[in-house]
Amino acid sequence: MSEEQIKNLEKQFEERIARDEKIEPKDWMPEKYRKTHIRQMSQHAHSEIVGMLPEGNWITRAPSLRRKVALLAKVQDEAGHGLYLYSATETLGVSRDELYEQLHSGKAKYSSIFNYPTITWADMGAIGWLVDGAAIINQVPLCNTSYGPYARAMIRVCKEESFHQRQGYEIMMKLAKGTPEQKEMAQDALNRWWWPSLMMLGPTDDVSVHTEQSMKWKLKRKSNDDLRQQFIDQTVPQADLIGLTIPDPDLKWNEERQSYDFGEIDWDEFWQVVKGHGPCNKERMKARVGAWERGEWVRDAAMAHAEKKQKRQEKQAV
Amino acid sequence: MKNENLYNYILGIADNSLILGQRMGELCGHGPTLETDIACTNISLDLFGQVRSYYQYAAKIAGDDRTEDDIAMLRKEREYKNVLLVEQPNTDFAYTIGRQFLFDVYHLAFLAELQKSNDLTLSAIANKCIKEVSYHERFSSDWVKRLGDGTEESNQKMQAAINDLWTYTDELFHQTEADKAMVAEGVGVDVTQLKEKYYKQVNELLKEANLEIPESKWFQKGGKEGIHTEHLGYLLSDLQYMQRTYPNMEW
Ligand SMILES: [Fe+2]
Ligand SMILES: [Fe+2]
Ligand SMILES: [Fe+2]
Repeated sequence: MSEEQIKNLEKQFEERIARDEKIEPKDWMPEKYRKTHIRQMSQHAHSEIVGMLPEGNWITRAPSLRRKVALLAKVQDEAGHGLYLYSATETLGVSRDELYEQLHSGKAKYSSIFNYPTITWADMGAIGWLVDGAAIINQVPLCNTSYGPYARAMIRVCKEESFHQRQGYEIMMKLAKGTPEQKEMAQDALNRWWWPSLMMLGPTDDVSVHTEQSMKWKLKRKSNDDLRQQFIDQTVPQADLIGLTIPDPDLKWNEERQSYDFGEIDWDEFWQVVKGHGPCNKERMKARVGAWERGEWVRDAAMAHAEKKQKRQEKQAV
Repeated sequence: MKNENLYNYILGIADNSLILGQRMGELCGHGPTLETDIACTNISLDLFGQVRSYYQYAAKIAGDDRTEDDIAMLRKEREYKNVLLVEQPNTDFAYTIGRQFLFDVYHLAFLAELQKSNDLTLSAIANKCIKEVSYHERFSSDWVKRLGDGTEESNQKMQAAINDLWTYTDELFHQTEADKAMVAEGVGVDVTQLKEKYYKQVNELLKEANLEIPESKWFQKGGKEGIHTEHLGYLLSDLQYMQRTYPNMEW
């Protein structure tokens, strides 16, 4: 293809996106579009899978049967999200094994929030409420993103995430209305998860890279700072309602902006965790790599069995 | 308690699902593939769903203020009535599958009989559970075949698991006093009647899976009387942690 032809294709491609048409796996797409999508979608898939670990940590210790069932179902949903996001990513011509390899080697990233430890039951509430809550804010706009398989996966994912968020908030509400010990547990969890949740919405706009291109491809529709403000404005009244205090002395309603002003985020902590030095980065990777390595003989066996079975069937057919 | 035999009988059934559900729950997020992870979590979810129906019924029978969670989480180790098989650890995926398979074949046959119980609540629970358990049985049988037939390594691992777990199979067919009383009333299942069919089915599948049928005739029992292996205490300390640390609270 000549350079001229490629330019033309690119122009048509951008026009299709501008008209809100969906790009499908068989359609021509610029290499950069493919790569960017593989990166973002697989990072999202990895986040779902690594995200199973901090909550999985409490399955055996859930305080009641009802909570145990709900937590199991929630973590299983996250596995399901991982599954359809990996499948959607595979439509771009990359295999799930390659994507795992990128995760295990540390080449691919996942959401940093999952590198914080879950040390009390209240963390199950705080994660559902705040982490799933922030994830929804990040993801709802993606239901209209330009790549068809991603947009469709996100519609399914978002429905379940809002269920998770309500469930998490309900855990917090119950604790906040419980004994003093339970209330303290809830407040402590909010104290620990609040700032990392704000960081989940990404670096501030002035340092955020590849935003313009992402906006054009509808991988992003609002800036990180706008999303963060939306999250804060939505969450503060929810905390008030159940009598918990947001751990930010600078938090104040701004009548003029009709929004909350908030304190300084510790971006050094953010970068420390992103760069692999958070409290649980090593444990999370060890758990994923360990599961993968321990599972190798199982996957090999499944493959060998399928091949043998097929050969036996072919023999019978002859 | 007026109906102590029935109460104990329900716990005898439910404790198996509780402990096996807890074991399967341990694996969530750590499976060999995403698909098996989801399937194992599903089994755990089904089992805990069953547990809740049984314990809610048991709480009603007890007729005091105890709840399903009190029954699940606030007994002493010696008061749990599950068979030894289900408390065995997730040593590797072959053990997980072997334990599941050896229990599922029994569980399915058991529920088919429990459906005929005079006790309408128990028969309704059995009726609800049997669909789930037939799915579990298909899943675990398929995996025994896959691992038995797959590679030399997987065959050895599956064989080792079956050999080790075999000693816990016979207990499934032992009757406690509560069992006998409940069978006499037409409420309970006579598990001694399930034994022959069980070993026939298990043996056929093992053969199909390219696995040897263990020859050992030495069996372990005691779970039904509350005499467990050393594994159970640790499992319970996780299971009971919150209820013990924060007594009398709602979650
Ligand atoms: Fe997500
Ligand atoms: Fe998710
Ligand atoms: Fe979620």
